[in-house]
Amino acid sequence: MAADAAAALAAGPMGARLRAPVRTRGARRVLIFVAFAFVTVFLVLPLGVIFAEAFSLGARAYVAALADPDVRAALWLTAGIALAAVPLNTVFGLIASWCLARFRFRGRGAIVTLTELPLSISPVVAGLLLVLLFGRGGLLGAFLEAHGIHIIFAVPGMALATIFVTVPYVARELIPLVEAQGSEEEEAAITLGASGWQTFFRVSLPKLRWGLLYGVLLCNARAIGEFGAVSVVSGAVPGQTNTLPLEIQALYDGYRVQGAFAAASLLAGLAIVTLLLKAALEWRHRDELSAARRARAE
Amino acid sequence: MKRRTLLATAPILGPALAPAIVSFRSLAAAPSDLLNASYSATVELFRAYNALFEESWRAKTGTPVTIHDSNGGSGAEARAVIEGLPADVVTLALAFDVDEIARAGLIAPDWRSRLPDGGVPFTSTIVFLVRQGNPKEIRDWPDLVRPGVQVVTPNPKTSGGARYNILAAYAWALKANGGDAEKARAYLGALLRHVPVLDASARNATLSFVQRGLGDVLIAWESEALLAIAEAGKKRFELVMPSLSIRAEPPVAVVDKVVDRRGTRALAEAYLGTLYGPEAQELIANNYYRPRLAAVARKYAARFKPVPMVSVDEAFGGWDAAQKMFFADGGIFDQASVQSQ
Repeated sequence: MAADAAAALAAGPMGARLRAPVRTRGARRVLIFVAFAFVTVFLVLPLGVIFAEAFSLGARAYVAALADPDVRAALWLTAGIALAAVPLNTVFGLIASWCLARFRFRGRGAIVTLTELPLSISPVVAGLLLVLLFGRGGLLGAFLEAHGIHIIFAVPGMALATIFVTVPYVARELIPLVEAQGSEEEEAAITLGASGWQTFFRVSLPKLRWGLLYGVLLCNARAIGEFGAVSVVSGAVPGQTNTLPLEIQALYDGYRVQGAFAAASLLAGLAIVTLLLKAALEWRHRDELSAARRARAE
Repeated sequence: MKRRTLLATAPILGPALAPAIVSFRSLAAAPSDLLNASYSATVELFRAYNALFEESWRAKTGTPVTIHDSNGGSGAEARAVIEGLPADVVTLALAFDVDEIARAGLIAPDWRSRLPDGGVPFTSTIVFLVRQGNPKEIRDWPDLVRPGVQVVTPNPKTSGGARYNILAAYAWALKANGGDAEKARAYLGALLRHVPVLDASARNATLSFVQRGLGDVLIAWESEALLAIAEAGKKRFELVMPSLSIRAEPPVAVVDKVVDRRGTRALAEAYLGTLYGPEAQELIANNYYRPRLAAVARKYAARFKPVPMVSVDEAFGGWDAAQKMFFADGGIFDQASVQSQ
C-alpha cells in the first residue's frame, strides 16, 4: 500500500489520478467486509441458532415437536389467517391502485396516506384499537354481546388485526406501477372491442403481475409473522387461538425451548422460501425489463 | 371466460370462508368444553389437572369434556375476561384481579365464600433462588442489598405474582425496623437499586435468571423456583428460605356471566370443586404448590419447608388496600423506584 502510494506520488500529476482508485479499492474491500460481517452476525448466525436449537435433541424430537397438536393447530390457524388477509388485501390493492391512478377525486391523497397508516402505527396500538371497537366495553361491544358474536380474543379479531397490519403491502407496490404505466393499452383494448374483464385479465393484470406477486409475497410474509397486533386480540388458548408466533412464545415460556425453536424453524423456513421466491421474481422481472427495453430500442 | 370469472371471485370468497372454517370447530364443540383463563405460572399444573379432570368427568357422567387454557399474566387474563374472553372459570395469581372482574359485573361479589378456603385451593410463598453453592451467601432479605448483589424480580405493575415479592420484602423490612414505615420504604428503594431489569412477567424473570444467567438471586414464588430447579437439571440452583415471607394465595372463581350464558355452570363448578379433592391436591403438590389438604401436606412435608409467613389480609388489610398503597400510580412502589434511580 505504502509503496503504491509512493509510486503514485512519484508519477507526478499523471499519477495523481491513479491514487484515488487505489484508495477506493481499499475502502471497497473494507466496506464489503463490513457488509458481510454484518449480515453474518445479525442474520445468518441467528438463523443457524434456530435450526441448531431445533435439532438439539435429535431429528426424532424435532419431528415430535412439530407433530404436537397445539403446534399443528397453530400452523393451520396461521395459514387460515393468511388466507383471509392476503387475498383481501390483494383485491383492495388492485382496486385502490386502479382508482388512484385513473381517477382524480377529492380525498385521493387521503386514501394514499391512510393506506400507509398501518406501517407507522405500532401493531400493539392496532390491536388495542380493535379491543376498543369490538371489546365488551367497546363501541360495538354491547351489540356484539347481545348477538353472541365473538370477535376479540377469537379468530375473527386475529384475522382483522392481521388484515389491518398488512393493508399497505400490495397497494404500495401497485400504486406507483399503475401510475407509471398509463392507460393507453387499456384504451386500445377497449377500442378493439374487449370487455371490461377481458381488458383487466389480458392487458392490465399481465402488466402488473410481477409487482403484484412481489406485493403478495411481502403481504404474506407479514401476515404469517405478525406478533404484536395478534397477541393483543388473541385468546391465548393453545390449540385454538395461538398462531405460530404466539405458540412459539408459549412454548418458550413453558420451558419447552427445543419445541419453541422447532416451531420457529417452520417460520424461518417460510421466510427463506419467501426470500428465494422474491429473489427469483426479481431475476425474472429484470429479464422482462431488459426485453422490454430492447423491444423499444428496435 | 367462465373459469376466469371463477378465479376472480376466489379472492373474495377466500377471506369470507377462511375464518368460518377455522372457527367452525370451536363453535361445534360448544357446551362440552370449558375455558379456564389462568395465570401463566400455572400452565404446567393446569395442563396436568385438565387431563385428570377430563378423565374423572367422563367416568362420572359418561360425557366427554375438553378443557382449554388461556394463558397469560394474571392482570392480562383478567383484562381479557373483562373485555369479552369467554372464560368459564378464572384461576389467577391474586384476589385483586378476580375482584376487578367482579367490579365489571361478570363475577358475583361474594365469590370468596362460594368455595372452601376463600376460593384458594392451594398456596405458595416467596423464596430466593440462588446459583449452586450460594456463592454470594444470600441467607435473608438484608443480603439482597449488599454491594455487588444483583436481584432479579419482575415488574409488579405488570406481573400480579410479583406484587407478593414486593409485599414480602416490605413486610420483613417493617418487622426488622420495629414498624418504622419510613425505614421499610428505604429498604424497598435500596432493593430496587439492585434490580438490573424488571421483566414484565414472573416467567420472563425466571427465564432471565435461569437461562440468560442474569443476576445472583431471583425472588420468586416457591412453585416457580422449585419448577426452575427441576427443569434446569441437577445441581444448578438452590432454594433459600427467608426469615419472613408472605403467603401467596392464587384464587379461583366461576365467571357467572359466562357460565350462565353458555349453560356450563355445573361443569365449571365441578372443575373448581375437584381441585380441593385428594387426587388434585396430590397433583398440586407434585407441581410445587402447597396443598390445602392436611394428609397431602404431610406427605410432601420435606418439599415445602416451614417458613414464618404473613398474609396480605393480615399485614396489609387485603388486596384493595395493598394495591392502593403500593402499586397505584405514585404509591410506595413508584416512590421506591424514583428513590432507586
